[in-house]
Amino acid sequence: MRFAFTDDQILFRDTVRDLLDKECQPEQVRYAWVDDDGRLLDVWSALGEMGVLGVQVPESLGGLGLTELDLVLLLEETGRVGLPDPIVEAVAVAAPLLAEVGSPELQQQWLPALAGGDALVTTAFGGVLVPNADSAGLVLAERDGRLVAVPTGAAELERQPSVDGSRRLFGVTWDDGDAIVLAEGADAQAAIDRALDRGALGTAAQLLGLGRQMLDLTVGYVKERRQFGVPIGSFQAVKHHVADALLHLEFAVPVVHAAAYALATGDPDAPRVVAHAKAAANDAARMVGRQALQCHGAIGYTVEYDLHLSLKRVWALSESYGSSAHHRRRVADLVLGPIPS
Amino acid sequence: MDLNFTAAEEAFRAEARAWLEANVPTEPLPSGDTRDGFAAHLEWERMLFAARWSVVSWPAAYGGRDASLWEWLIFEEEYYRAGGPQRVTQNGIFLLAPTVFEFGTQEQQDRILPRMAAAEDLWCQGWSEPDAGSDLAGIKSRAERDDAAGGWRVTGQKTWTTRGAFCTHLFGLFRTDPEAERHKGMSYLLIPLDADGVTVRGVGRLDGDEGFAEVFLEDVFVPDADVLGGVNEGWGVAMATTSSERGLTLRSPGRFTAACDRLVDLYQRAAGATERDREQVAQAWMDAEAYRLFTLRDVTEMAEGRSLGARSSLNKVWWSELDVHLHEAALDLLGSLGELEGDAPAAVDRGAWMKGYQFALSGPIYAGTNEIQRNVIAERVLGLPRK
Repeated sequence: MRFAFTDDQILFRDTVRDLLDKECQPEQVRYAWVDDDGRLLDVWSALGEMGVLGVQVPESLGGLGLTELDLVLLLEETGRVGLPDPIVEAVAVAAPLLAEVGSPELQQQWLPALAGGDALVTTAFGGVLVPNADSAGLVLAERDGRLVAVPTGAAELERQPSVDGSRRLFGVTWDDGDAIVLAEGADAQAAIDRALDRGALGTAAQLLGLGRQMLDLTVGYVKERRQFGVPIGSFQAVKHHVADALLHLEFAVPVVHAAAYALATGDPDAPRVVAHAKAAANDAARMVGRQALQCHGAIGYTVEYDLHLSLKRVWALSESYGSSAHHRRRVADLVLGPIPS
Repeated sequence: MDLNFTAAEEAFRAEARAWLEANVPTEPLPSGDTRDGFAAHLEWERMLFAARWSVVSWPAAYGGRDASLWEWLIFEEEYYRAGGPQRVTQNGIFLLAPTVFEFGTQEQQDRILPRMAAAEDLWCQGWSEPDAGSDLAGIKSRAERDDAAGGWRVTGQKTWTTRGAFCTHLFGLFRTDPEAERHKGMSYLLIPLDADGVTVRGVGRLDGDEGFAEVFLEDVFVPDADVLGGVNEGWGVAMATTSSERGLTLRSPGRFTAACDRLVDLYQRAAGATERDREQVAQAWMDAEAYRLFTLRDVTEMAEGRSLGARSSLNKVWWSELDVHLHEAALDLLGSLGELEGDAPAAVDRGAWMKGYQFALSGPIYAGTNEIQRNVIAERVLGLPRK
């Protein structure tokens, strides 16, 4: 038994953290709110060079051939800084899905380019809309029980603005004749279920990072901000808000890491652990967000201050790949069985 | 990362499970917080000791099995899974003993620990006083130097002493230097409750059991050999005990994962459960599972030589609130049967859920209230200013 990451995994995390701390500051995230594609392409190609985009791409196709367990800490970092690019869709969901069910030609066409940051594949599994379909070449989706790949050139895209201005969401429609069928029947369902779990894990990891970011911001603020002649962080009511925030975050972290382990090792309980992880991360991030806003007071309620960038991302991601209620129901179905009569 | 136990650890689990399945009383014992129940529990504790299951993590010389922290966790899981009785020896074994291992002299360890393991000496905790609860450093009970006799003479009062009316010994904090600043000048003393000058009065708790006691001390002699740690260094010694109390040892995850498995079983028997009941049961199960996973990570840290420090306050808040929520979920499932006493003919599970609920409500109070824990988390984990 050892419930900890390896030195290599920690080192990889630290390297990515250094890059993101330099290149994905709030100014850059704010830029993604107003530019056309909502992408930080320089950061994306740097992540490609580091191997981050190909963590779950096979080595023979230019990736690292690693697992969810190697990716989860990196996704936490991308959540912490609010990276606007669709790393969950492309790297955590699309890459392993194509590697599992794509034809050799399709894999050859897309995976090396995805791993290198030269092409983008996005997915339609997180909700009804598709993140960054405008800058992707391919959308993976489900239709009528089939798992399909849709070249965006043949699809119609309709922009749907989000409360989080750095997200680029699109309704995507296409003719069946333009879609490439990747799997049908039970194979499709199994592949889609895994994709949904990977998306839930990926967004859960990002939510942990967002929670950590908001808590750090808040702790810094309440140590500095003075009222009644003392730092507001000396007031017990404020202390208890931040203590509760840390509590919920700290008890979500090991569940998310256990979910990464479960997916990486093919544990048959993985769906239950992932559902638990997403529910816990949703609840923790929203709770931290509420406490962060409350402890900041009015400054936190402005768009000039950075907190709103994180809050809005939390509102988006906590509903993406399943709400807490959805995932709690999944856990209930797996642990409690049917409703007693 | 590897979330599997080794073959040797699984063998340890199998041995514990087999023994517990064969030996855990099939009829639940009466509450250990009553006079009769306590006696029944002592028999059980002595059976545990005879089979070397009472203190698995201790050295074999003191009656243990030299079990690792992992094996200790496994034993706890199996103990509660098997429905093992409450441990009336817990405040000695889980609170005092780690402190004796850390601060006791060889002579103290040899004298105190084997009798504790064997449930011959039964220890209660003498910390709170009528005017010092959360503000523990405000204790007033005094120990005055008696050089001629080679010891201390103790006068004062302790209160809310769990199972104080049934235990044989008390460990506690006493003021040995009244001139010193609050957190200094205290010593950690070990006192037999049959010593001259000790009077114990049981107090009925919320649940009706005589689980509390007041302990009055009037010129009680305590020899130097019964000072644990240095004279006037009691605060530091006591903080080691609180870290056991808040951290792993007092309330291991196995206790809550087993309770949640029983809650799931109750749910499956409950006709007419609502969607809200279902969510509450699932959430309680998830919170217990989160505590289990959190602990696996903490034990990894400890096994690799890193200390948890003030993070143990996170544990305490989590398990105490989880315990309340899981019992609330159970009472909601029971509906109007929830209020029944265990001897009511229509009682479900012998009234264990209401009994458990009442006990769970003490969790956010004992071992440092959750308000104190949140202060500790904010100040010592997150670095917020004390004032």
